[in-house]
Amino acid sequence: MAYNHYILVCGGTGCESSNAGGIYNNLVAEAKAAGVLDKVQIVKTGCFGFCEKGPIVKILPEDSFYVEVKPEDAKDIINEHIVKGREVTRLLYNKEKKSAETVEEIEFYQKQLRIVLRNCGVINPEDLNEYIARDGYMALEKALFDLTPQQIIDELKAAGLRGRGGAGFPTGLKWEGAMKTESDQKFVVCNADEGDPGAYMDRSTIEGDPHSVLEAMTICGKAIGANQGFVYIRAEYPLAIDRLKIAMKQAREAGLLGKDILGSGFDFDIEIRLGAGAFVCGEETALLRSIEGQRGMPTPKPPFPAQSGLWGKPTVINNVETWANVPVILNKGASWFSKIGTEDSKGTKVFALTGKVRNSGLVEVPMGTTLREIIFEIGGGIKDNKKFKGVQTGGPSGGIITEEALDTPIDFKALQSLGSMMGSGGMIVMDEDDCVVDVSKFYMEFCVDESCGKCSPCRIGTRQIHSLLDKISKGKGELADLEKIKEIGFAMQKSSLCQLGASAPNPTLSTIKKFEAEYVAHITDHKCPVGKCRELTTYMINDKCIGCGACARKCPANCITGERKTKHVIDQAACLKCGECFNVCKFGAVEKV
Amino acid sequence: MINVKINGKPIQVPDGTTILAAAKMLNIKIPSLCYNSDLPAWASCGICIVRQEGTARMLRACCTKVTEGMSVITHDPEIVKARRTVLELILSNHPQECLTCTRNGQCELQSLAAEFGLRQIRFEHFIIDRPLDNSNHAIVFDRNKCINCGRCVEVCQQMQKVNAIEYQGRGGKTVIGPAALTELADSPCIRCGQCAAHCPVGAIYEDHSMRKLWDRLADPDTVTAVQIAPAVRVALGEEFGMEPGDISTKKIYAALRRIGFNYVFDTNFSADLTIMEEGYEFIARLTEGKGAIPLFTSCCPAWVDYAEKNCHDLLPNVSTAKSPQQMMGAMIKTYWAKQAGIDPAKIFSVSIMPCTAKKYERRRDETMNSSGYSDVDSVLTTRELARLIKQSGFDFNQLEDEEADNPLGPYTGAGTIFGATGGVMEAALRTAYAVLTGNELADINFTPARGLKDVKEAKVDVNGTEVRIAVVHQMGNVEPVLEAVRSAIAEKKEPPYHFIEVMACRGGCVGGGGQPYGATDEIRAKRAAGLYSDDEKSVVRVSHKNPNIIKLYDDFLGKPNSEKPHKYLHTHYVERPLYK
Repeated sequence: MAYNHYILVCGGTGCESSNAGGIYNNLVAEAKAAGVLDKVQIVKTGCFGFCEKGPIVKILPEDSFYVEVKPEDAKDIINEHIVKGREVTRLLYNKEKKSAETVEEIEFYQKQLRIVLRNCGVINPEDLNEYIARDGYMALEKALFDLTPQQIIDELKAAGLRGRGGAGFPTGLKWEGAMKTESDQKFVVCNADEGDPGAYMDRSTIEGDPHSVLEAMTICGKAIGANQGFVYIRAEYPLAIDRLKIAMKQAREAGLLGKDILGSGFDFDIEIRLGAGAFVCGEETALLRSIEGQRGMPTPKPPFPAQSGLWGKPTVINNVETWANVPVILNKGASWFSKIGTEDSKGTKVFALTGKVRNSGLVEVPMGTTLREIIFEIGGGIKDNKKFKGVQTGGPSGGIITEEALDTPIDFKALQSLGSMMGSGGMIVMDEDDCVVDVSKFYMEFCVDESCGKCSPCRIGTRQIHSLLDKISKGKGELADLEKIKEIGFAMQKSSLCQLGASAPNPTLSTIKKFEAEYVAHITDHKCPVGKCRELTTYMINDKCIGCGACARKCPANCITGERKTKHVIDQAACLKCGECFNVCKFGAVEKV
Repeated sequence: MINVKINGKPIQVPDGTTILAAAKMLNIKIPSLCYNSDLPAWASCGICIVRQEGTARMLRACCTKVTEGMSVITHDPEIVKARRTVLELILSNHPQECLTCTRNGQCELQSLAAEFGLRQIRFEHFIIDRPLDNSNHAIVFDRNKCINCGRCVEVCQQMQKVNAIEYQGRGGKTVIGPAALTELADSPCIRCGQCAAHCPVGAIYEDHSMRKLWDRLADPDTVTAVQIAPAVRVALGEEFGMEPGDISTKKIYAALRRIGFNYVFDTNFSADLTIMEEGYEFIARLTEGKGAIPLFTSCCPAWVDYAEKNCHDLLPNVSTAKSPQQMMGAMIKTYWAKQAGIDPAKIFSVSIMPCTAKKYERRRDETMNSSGYSDVDSVLTTRELARLIKQSGFDFNQLEDEEADNPLGPYTGAGTIFGATGGVMEAALRTAYAVLTGNELADINFTPARGLKDVKEAKVDVNGTEVRIAVVHQMGNVEPVLEAVRSAIAEKKEPPYHFIEVMACRGGCVGGGGQPYGATDEIRAKRAAGLYSDDEKSVVRVSHKNPNIIKLYDDFLGKPNSEKPHKYLHTHYVERPLYK
């Protein structure tokens, strides 16, 4: 039976939490009511990436891209679009457009190149056939029947794929190391313990295209001679875990996983291990200990996992995004892949673009794309026409990149030379309202909580830097505190056992370097120049006040008083400094002092 | 061999050598804190960083193995600066109570701070306040002093496989504590004290009872009697500048009298007594079917604690003979008290032990009060005795030799080797063989039982019967032996062994949890060698020929392993839960 229309409803966690489930159910119910259920296929897909505008519904073959859809819009979508063939223009991204609007016309997608996210928002992740229809498991077939392990690895090496989890270690070399280490047993591990604040590319990849990871891990098993894989995924990703389980079941039933895969005689199976959400378990040695049932704490490297990993056996551990690249490379060839990107870094990189940017979402761009293109073209620039201040890449391990470096083509090396790092691809944009002391404090607090507690420079250093930043943000700092921070930061960078500790001071040190004056203002003037640090900010009502009372109604502390149509007053002793009055006032009558 | 350069000096080292070890060969000291040679490098403190020439990153010397052509710089201004900062960070999270700390003067952190010349801590001082845990009568855990180095966790989990302590909490709030958030008394802790012996600071230490002891020594109505364990005599001297293994038995007797003890006895004597009881028990089990085979020794209270918590199925296999400490205690307040005409109620019986678990053993159950009183009233570790001597003001090294008091003092060579792994087995075999065959062993030095191999096995031909023995030391090595025994029982096969010695500490009591700090395998071997030389020098080297033992049986106990000895010298075991 042929369908006239395909309705793709985003089933990523973001859209799901905005009731994409309700949209899906209503669409099915409305289609039934209109008697068109047999003419339209309604599918929940993975993430479209354009999370800013979610929930998203896309309709084929017109390629209509509906944004911010609500369950009650289902009626119009079915009755107007499906039954009558008239696009629901009020739901289109570009409301002015009267005719069909394709995804390619939306600037958010224009500079993107989707390799990792190739199937996200395209296929139903819970249907193996849809994955297969998009060349799924072709690479595995090739790996099983046409290529030797060395040929698989050579292909990856020639492609120049580097690990997307942080440090960018060449994937082919990693696999080769494990292949050449003799052992009775070897393991393949997928690191899906995504923990950077704001990063969700791995979650979305598994939610939208779980088979790509399973296929890649199986290929790796064949290449290095392993029969067992583990996916280490945090328990906070229930949807991804569900999809993974469904995918594993389907793959097993289809003979793509388990014993004698595709009749090749090769056995490989995968188990899921749930993490409890500790950031440090993204560090590979800690992750492996956690799989073994031990407390997730990093151990010294060397030995590297490829030599001695899980239970002392050679283990290849790659993160989700790295895995998702593998089948494409084998399908399209190393020469195709290596043409994408820069000399240093091949292929694409997925970024989770968030913060003060207009179009937040998942963005996949070729390596070498500039930050300006990502933030100002794809991201649509800064929200509310504010001024760009900086962008934090690499999460709590990275540094801040400012205006002057926006035109640098981004790859592993470039980010490092800018004092930041790729990390897993978190990208948080800050505007003129963000205070660097506040931001550094936020990241340091994260590291205080997420340090594994093993290594003294990290466990105590993060706490001490945090307490110094806290002092500064309250106007109680001294200039000597900046020197102390630098000194502790240096010791942490040099003496921490793992990269969590070694990179934890980066956000603080890089903001001190780029915005020292702002720190000094907190210390010597007892002022937060952008009015973010509560203890250093006072809200005052000036003569522009017309006495509308909007601020008083909004104030959670009920500390704004005044007669109607007369100037209001804030009781400073009771003020919580939440800034609601400042945000709500339309007359510029509330000011930060 | 691997060629490396350290501070420009070339050296060839075996494959697998760490930077720390290679530097040591060149007499270059890289400061370290969490590293201990007994344990795999856990690499938590961050003090031992060095630079690999030509790279910006620094390496941990304790856990980084050298590679061919590596060139390492161990000291430069940046390295020293980073180390100093890390040390300052550690001190910012450590109480500044050195003067009243149990480790004052013997603290690895204190020494390091002194070496670095730290004069102030510039960072905020903070302590995550946790209550002191002194619940188990043997080991005190002062978590406020813990620097989270992880040695105790490694010792307890890897070396001993007891799993009584673990890391808890996350991030900046990470602490080390008894497993499953219990108190030590309710945890699987077997009180071996290896955590205390390995702790670099004063966070884990033996339960003290010094002040009470001074009161009793000064009380004119109290008669004090003291016993010293075999392993004390070859280790105490280390606290006074002697070499490990130097025997100071007779100086210790003299010292104890200087301190004020009225009577000085020797646990070596009651070790001979233990051999009589345990030896005859073994013979009865082996030849008369009176009880289960294999027989496990029971001198080690930490092993007994382990068995009561972990091996309920094998408790019938543990010898009912009490440990030498408890046998001595029982004899002091019965046999000797009567002989000396002293009211046992007035006797305060003290033992000096290389062990922390002995502090618990003396109150383990009601059989420890077989005299009608507490058989042993107070237990001090070797380290505590050293402190007691230092408090007493005399020069230990200049003391004239003295002898122990009769009749519970004189011992045989068999008694003295109890302090080393394999010693109980060797002593028991000497007697059991003689009793069964009527002849002495061809070579009284039963060397297969000696040394630091994890599990030692041997076969002895006794009148044509093959007797298989095993010797285990270090608690973490016991499970494979227990499993072999269990599977033989399950499959109704011949037991793999007839007699098994188990000591919880590495090297046996010479490496006990109450011995002077800093034990290494080299030191353990030297201490054991001291005991074996004491044995060699002994005129009588088999327990059953100790004249005072023979007299004790004749005058008081009757036959070994008979009713009266069972009243005073034997105990029983109960199944205890792993967690309370």
